[in-house]
Amino acid sequence: MQEIRNYTMNFGPQHPAAHGVLRLVLEMDGETVVRADPHVGLLHRGTEKLAESKPFNQSIGYMDRLDYVSMMCNEHAYVRAIENLLGLEVPERAQWIRTMFDEITRILNHLMWVGTNGLDLGAMALFLYAFREREELMDCYEAVSGARMHATYYRPGGVYRDLPEQMPKYKESRWHKGKDLAQRNAWREGSMLDYLDAFCADFPTKVDEYEELLTGNRIWKQRTVDIGVISPEHAKAWGMTGPMLRGSGIAWDLRKKQPYAKYAEVDFDIPVGVNGDCYDRYLVRVEEMRQSNRIIQQCVAWLRANPGPVIVQNYKVAPPKREEMKDDMEALIHHFKLFTEGYCVPAGETYAAVEAPKGEFGCYLVSDGANKPFRVKLRAPGFAHLSSMDSIVRGHMLGDVVAMIGTYDVVFGEIDR
Amino acid sequence: MFDPLRDILLGYGNTGLTVWVLLKILAIAVPVIITVAMFVYWERKVIGWMHARMGPNQIGPLGLLQAFADVFKLLFKEVLRPDAANKTMFFLAPLIALVPALAAWAVVPFDAGVVLSNLNVGLLFLLAMTSMGVYGIILAGWASNSRYAMLGAMRAAAQTVSYEIAMGFALVSVLILSGSLNLSEIVLAQKGSKGLLDWFWLPLLPMFVIYFVSGVAETNRAPFDVAEGESEIVAGFHVEYSGSAFAIFFLAEYANMILIAFLASVLFLGGWLSPFPESWGFLGAPGWWWTFAKAFFFSFFYLWFRASFPRYRYDQIMRLGWKVFIPITIVWVAVAACMKYFGWVTIGA
Repeated sequence: MQEIRNYTMNFGPQHPAAHGVLRLVLEMDGETVVRADPHVGLLHRGTEKLAESKPFNQSIGYMDRLDYVSMMCNEHAYVRAIENLLGLEVPERAQWIRTMFDEITRILNHLMWVGTNGLDLGAMALFLYAFREREELMDCYEAVSGARMHATYYRPGGVYRDLPEQMPKYKESRWHKGKDLAQRNAWREGSMLDYLDAFCADFPTKVDEYEELLTGNRIWKQRTVDIGVISPEHAKAWGMTGPMLRGSGIAWDLRKKQPYAKYAEVDFDIPVGVNGDCYDRYLVRVEEMRQSNRIIQQCVAWLRANPGPVIVQNYKVAPPKREEMKDDMEALIHHFKLFTEGYCVPAGETYAAVEAPKGEFGCYLVSDGANKPFRVKLRAPGFAHLSSMDSIVRGHMLGDVVAMIGTYDVVFGEIDR
Repeated sequence: MFDPLRDILLGYGNTGLTVWVLLKILAIAVPVIITVAMFVYWERKVIGWMHARMGPNQIGPLGLLQAFADVFKLLFKEVLRPDAANKTMFFLAPLIALVPALAAWAVVPFDAGVVLSNLNVGLLFLLAMTSMGVYGIILAGWASNSRYAMLGAMRAAAQTVSYEIAMGFALVSVLILSGSLNLSEIVLAQKGSKGLLDWFWLPLLPMFVIYFVSGVAETNRAPFDVAEGESEIVAGFHVEYSGSAFAIFFLAEYANMILIAFLASVLFLGGWLSPFPESWGFLGAPGWWWTFAKAFFFSFFYLWFRASFPRYRYDQIMRLGWKVFIPITIVWVAVAACMKYFGWVTIGA
């Protein structure tokens, strides 16, 4: 009789469900996974090392490229670390703007997640619906920063510029004109805050739409309920944060536990799961979208009522206004110095973390007093999550591995850094 | 209309007969292939609309030529064969998948008397042909010598065999009620004064649903598409196929889908019979358009399922097949036998 051997399967790095470049070496006993060995590093770009050779401000753009579906949250951790060392007091309006954009980012990330997780499990429609709404929020990114993804909008001491008075509109084209065009621009007649108001009023019905497709769907439930159960102890032992931890029933959220920006002043709830399975994590994330929507509404109301500066007036760390540079020598020198050699940060070390959509995204920054960081260490939530893969998927079937990768919400930009 | 042509051909003896039969085969196979192309276009359009996007709209007016453009692209592509593949089996597999998919069309009646071969054992022939298709899939998966393909083949084999049973029982109940294996006679057995209430879908409602769902599973379509399972095993059994070899698998799959839709309309929805009473004039008259309209209705469900449902896991499909469908069908076969024996339903009034 022939000896029976287990299959070893190379799942990725080129695989529709690999979410980028995950390489998973699976040892299969038929359809059952005996061992899963995630390999990382295929998207390693040396972000931390690169940051050591650049003035502080020039690395902000790299942070966008870490977790490239929750861009501004990454920036937030980095600029907060710098602000800690500099002892900068960020203007209140900038803090509210950051809070708002952190939540916009959370919705962006969760929309991407709900779409791709649906796609992983075969529900195609959701992916495209989610992208429809993502597009509207991407426009906000573009309106404030000029870039749809890699915004580089947060700066030490505030944000790059104030919110636009006029939301950009669609132009007439061969495909969209007349009534159709007017409908597409219906939300865009006023300022960006008006636009966000319209979006927030509409968004819960869109979330209802997604839930209609999945939450009660029997196939969806069969694919997610009791799949990839993570006990609270297990979650803590593996250093999980964010929805992965909250899905297991632990109400840990930095926005509540260690409030930063203006989270202490907004009203929102933290959803937690009960069983710690994929379905609970799905519900947690869907509810987080609704809560983020609430936070955005509160931010919009505050920002509408309180104009003011959005970046510190300290020209050693923030550039002067362009008008000032026209006839003020000092301002011009400040501008030149800031954009060539940057600014020096007092020696010391700090850790600043934010509740990124995927979990705790932290930045550990060491400065030796120079104009470049001595060391930047980034704590990516996805890395901690992915490392628990083997301990969770053993004994599951191949289809569940895909469900599990989906529920981890892995993005290789941050895992490989 | 075709009789003079037939008489001329038959005048040449056996050669003429062969040509005549070949012509008849082409008269079905070519429209089937064109239908598949148009159905793919329709599928992409419908799913596009359901997904809040456009679907193909660039090639030809309204994108109508998209499917043909895709076919030509596939035909001109190189057919790659993995080094470790079994050469004979690798190229034989697509053909084994395609031949039964087309052969099954021989017994499908489109209208009274409009059928390529009015077999008396049409139903058996159909069962045989639809089960043969899975050999192509298994061989493709095995001959590719790839692990993804192998997993796909194993899944396809298990799934098709399981659902074959439920499907078989569903057909048995039709056979019991109609008392015939001939598809045309099965349609005629559903004729009656009450229009659509006389059709077999009503007395055999559970079987009707199970037949169609099994049909979806049998053709490896969403939500039962684990054999291809895009996000799990990439493309499953045909992961190593490219160019025209892949096109043949594609053709076979779609030909099977449309076949299942036609069969559902013939077996349960009275084929070419009109759903309305005869007094309604044109609407009440039987005709081929009814067969096609009903088949179109069913094929739409395939697209609807694909656009909206998540995919089952492999073992869940097995559970549904063995623990739900097969018990129900067995019970309903007995119920159908009682219906027939005690005369609860009127047949062929």
